[in-house]
Amino acid sequence: MITAERKPMEELTEYVKNHDRILLVGCNECVTVCAAGGRKEVALLASALQMDAMQKGKTLDITEITLERQCDPEYIEELTPHIDQVDAVMSMACGCGVQEIARRFKNTPVFPAVNTKFMGASERQGVWAERCQGCGSCLLGLTGGICPIARCAKRLLNGPCGGSSNGKCEINPDLDCAWQLIWDRLKALGMEKQYEEIIPAKNWVSGRGGGPRKIIREDLAE
Amino acid sequence: MKSESVLEKVLVSGQLAVTSECGPPRGAVPEIIKEKAELLKDYADAVNVTDNQTAMVRMSSFAACVFLKQMGLNPILQMVTRDRNRLAMQSDILGAYAHGIDTMLCLSGDHPHFGDHPEAINVHDLDSIQLIQMVKTMRDEGKFQGGADILNPPKMFIGAAANPFADPFELRVARLSKKINAGVDFIQTQCIYNIDKFEKWMKGVTDRGLHKKVYILAGITPMKSAGMARYMKNKVPGMDVPDEIIKRIADVPQKKQADEGIKICIETIQRLKEVEGVSGFHIMAIEWEQKVPEIIEQAGLLPRPVV
Ligand code: SF4
Repeated sequence: MITAERKPMEELTEYVKNHDRILLVGCNECVTVCAAGGRKEVALLASALQMDAMQKGKTLDITEITLERQCDPEYIEELTPHIDQVDAVMSMACGCGVQEIARRFKNTPVFPAVNTKFMGASERQGVWAERCQGCGSCLLGLTGGICPIARCAKRLLNGPCGGSSNGKCEINPDLDCAWQLIWDRLKALGMEKQYEEIIPAKNWVSGRGGGPRKIIREDLAE
Repeated sequence: MKSESVLEKVLVSGQLAVTSECGPPRGAVPEIIKEKAELLKDYADAVNVTDNQTAMVRMSSFAACVFLKQMGLNPILQMVTRDRNRLAMQSDILGAYAHGIDTMLCLSGDHPHFGDHPEAINVHDLDSIQLIQMVKTMRDEGKFQGGADILNPPKMFIGAAANPFADPFELRVARLSKKINAGVDFIQTQCIYNIDKFEKWMKGVTDRGLHKKVYILAGITPMKSAGMARYMKNKVPGMDVPDEIIKRIADVPQKKQADEGIKICIETIQRLKEVEGVSGFHIMAIEWEQKVPEIIEQAGLLPRPVV
């Protein structure tokens, strides 16, 4: 999933300081799962913003709404009846959702309420960790199912570097060394030989190197 | 011969090679690099010039290499994949070779986290093994990484690092083998304090016959004090300093600790000379270059061969 964390309160109050009526929009997908921008977080943020406004002696009118998916134009339409009643939107979705709102409603400012972090997985209750950087040409088949691009601090495709120590990364003793994990896994699978295959220079065109990306499925596109 | 490199000639002649290291200054001060170079001039066959070592900005390795070259030394251009993509690296290699620099060391580099620009992004378009492959393709096939032909291809003698002390230990021989398959010609190892562990690694290397495919220069760094030894042990990633070494230095009076450090170095070199597969020594005296001549002399590595 895409993970996110709510921005600090000061940044959010700064965004809305010149607005009286805002639409606070959550998303029922990833940000709900990582407890950053679902229905519950929308309610919490709405009261925090109102409290702050009250302390500053002003009124802030907040309409709360949580969409099924903010990255989908179909659901964004549900905001249409509300948009004329507000002077700004604050989105609690990932950056994709914020941009969909901006694209649809040309005359209303939209502010992000979360910092979108990474594509990751839940390691345990309340802990999420990065797993994928969307490079566009997956090499997990060569690395025992552990991604060195997302999980090695130097994204070495032929690691480990000389700083790997006791299974941990040189930059942070709380971080597993991706190449230790890869090696352990290759060993467990009896695939040690795979390690000695050099992974050649990556073609980054399928990733950010090729500019903003788009998928066009001829069979589905209208 | 793959190149015109003096280091290659010394190694091919079968004599123990000696390389040393010189860190460029944190400013546009040619005098500093020239002073260091002057100290090392007649003592090392070639001198590494570091590339933003420990992720701190310094004069570029390339520019500092040119000063060394002008003074008649044989610089080794260090290149980390942290700061530049494949275009920038290849253009620097062309520039360096055009200035007569014919030996390089390919590294991935310390993470910016350790340096003075922790907010910088680390590039790593390539890793060190892919950099080796690229330099070899430039030399042997006369082609850029992107496939186009190079006018007057740079003939680099290609080096890389190896750290026998990092984890997982069992992988470290295989990793060397990968660098050899990528096309590396010589290796400079991490500083050796744990000789037993180094010998164990070398045994793995010779068992696979890898010492016949690559020249291995053993890394040596003198300790100035017990404080430095403790710092190296605890703070420098991938460094293995056994407690006996720290104790040995700590047990002599403060004033004598530097001498003890030098003594340990010389003993280490003497012992490693006997280890099968060791083709020479890489002596790195970090900001202590003035000690390099006496280490080389006392270790019986003089005179340097004329090739
Ligand atoms: S210690 Fe491991 S994860 Fe960290 S940079 Fe080195 S190889 Fe990558």
